[in-house]
Amino acid sequence: MAEPAIVAEHLVKRYGVLEALKDVSFSVPEGEVLGLLGPNGAGKTTAVRILTTLLRPDSGRAIVLGRDVRDDAARVRASIGLAGQNAAVDENLTAHENLRLVGRLTHMSTGDIKSRSDELIEQFSLAHAGNRLVRTFSGGMRRRLDLALALVHRPPVLFLDEPTTGLDPKGRTDLWTVIQRLVGKGTTVLLTTQYLEEADQLANNIVVIDHGSVIAEGTSAALKGRFGSTVIEVAFRDETAATTASERLAHVGTVARDGSRLKVSVSDGAPAMLETVRVIDGAHLEPTSMALREPTLDDVFLALTGHAAEEPPVEDDVSEADLARRGKHKTA
Amino acid sequence: MTTTATTSPVPVMSDARPRPVADALTMMWRNLVNIRRNPQLLVLATIQPVIFVLMFRYVFGGAIGGVSGVPYVDFLMPGVFIQTVVFGSLTTGIGLADDLNKGLVERFRSLPMARSAVLIGRTLADLVRNILVVLLMCAIGYLVGWRPHTEALAVIAGIAMVVLFSYSLSWVFAIIGLSVRDAETTQAASFPILALLVFPSTAFVPLHTMPDWLQVYAEHQPVSVVVEAVRDLTIGGPTSSDVLIALAWCVGIVAVFAPMAVARYRKAV
Repeated sequence: MAEPAIVAEHLVKRYGVLEALKDVSFSVPEGEVLGLLGPNGAGKTTAVRILTTLLRPDSGRAIVLGRDVRDDAARVRASIGLAGQNAAVDENLTAHENLRLVGRLTHMSTGDIKSRSDELIEQFSLAHAGNRLVRTFSGGMRRRLDLALALVHRPPVLFLDEPTTGLDPKGRTDLWTVIQRLVGKGTTVLLTTQYLEEADQLANNIVVIDHGSVIAEGTSAALKGRFGSTVIEVAFRDETAATTASERLAHVGTVARDGSRLKVSVSDGAPAMLETVRVIDGAHLEPTSMALREPTLDDVFLALTGHAAEEPPVEDDVSEADLARRGKHKTA
Repeated sequence: MTTTATTSPVPVMSDARPRPVADALTMMWRNLVNIRRNPQLLVLATIQPVIFVLMFRYVFGGAIGGVSGVPYVDFLMPGVFIQTVVFGSLTTGIGLADDLNKGLVERFRSLPMARSAVLIGRTLADLVRNILVVLLMCAIGYLVGWRPHTEALAVIAGIAMVVLFSYSLSWVFAIIGLSVRDAETTQAASFPILALLVFPSTAFVPLHTMPDWLQVYAEHQPVSVVVEAVRDLTIGGPTSSDVLIALAWCVGIVAVFAPMAVARYRKAV
């Protein structure tokens, strides 16, 4: 097998006492998309900054297309594109001028810059606004231009740091289409996101990261197999009813109880829902509400770490054994 | 990974070899376009200098008569030149803070461009702007009665001195902009420095009108030194020592503050 396009090996980065990354490793094979999934402050951006030469790791190695980001930063920069969390566009230039700026700074020939920016303007549906000042652009247009700027010099490796944050649902799905088209052309992509759905839509592989550590990784299907692809939520009037129901529903899926509410993670939504109704009815319990929904990042985190995504962990380091113990405890 | 065919599906990597001069010029172009398109910067560069010239000429000009045998307007103009470019050099810091704030510096640093280009392109653009500002002020000054007493070459040297001083101060304000990372805060943080440089100086009033203790500072601080040198070059007088000390200040400020700004830039992202 060929060497992966992106390799992160035992990356560690500290800011004073805060450990932004504690021994993070992952790799992205050429032409594939890796989704780095985690809540705010998990260390996603730190990892992207190290891989894009913006930040030096305290220890560990970062390799892009066979080149160490520390020893060969200039060549790494020539082969990567970065679209960060802010749309980093010059507001007082037009879309065309922004593209020309990046084209010149990446040392492309004048003719190539011209044809490439026309191509990108077209591809990103900005043709109507190519000669307008960017400060008149909507949020979605800025994001599209930002992504176009990352692609001017045709980088074979692309880093997208939360590319759809702040976009409305339409803007988000539009950007997904654009990213999917790029991947179709063979670009290797590292994508960070807080949205499970986004990682699911775009990535071949997902690495879940929390408090600077990788807590799970695998294909979207494999991860869903682990924590269920659908969530059934049932609420009761009191905890006694919820406890009784959680014991009887153990065969349906992974059950987590929070007070008088139950979350059942299942792999097959409709039959599981039917079974849940039968069990609850059979036990003569009266739920106050029942719902079937897609799992969120919170569900993944609850299943993987026992804590919700935005909350601080109970302990600093959650070991595998700890995880397993908690997992059993939850379903007991 | 190299290919010449434009239709090749193989990704073409850009040239990784450094091109510091071309990159700095590209950044200068971008910053100049920004000045032209940003109404706030444009006002700062055009209307404000005109107002300063007119205000000092007509508001203070009446209160203060001739100084050391020359009309007040001839004494005043070098001071107005310097005051305007000192305030104008603040825009270097504001621009850099804005670029940092909006994530543009991060984008630039992820590109295979020369690292020096962001700072050099910025200060060069501000240098071009300052040249235009000073020429504009010369024209307005001429309209309101300013007349150099020296030869054309000396006057050009005086204007060059003004511009050089503004360039050296750009590096000082670059450090502030890179440190505070926000345009408004840059402005607020720079004001005390601007005030201490411009007002207790011989830009607008002769040294002997100040109390003794203030004279010690006012005589030797860089704004006064440069203003005196420009007066020598436009009014006449024993030029060499004033001009040399002023030059030494300009070179010294760049020598100290440019490396500090570069160090600050490296840590900024």
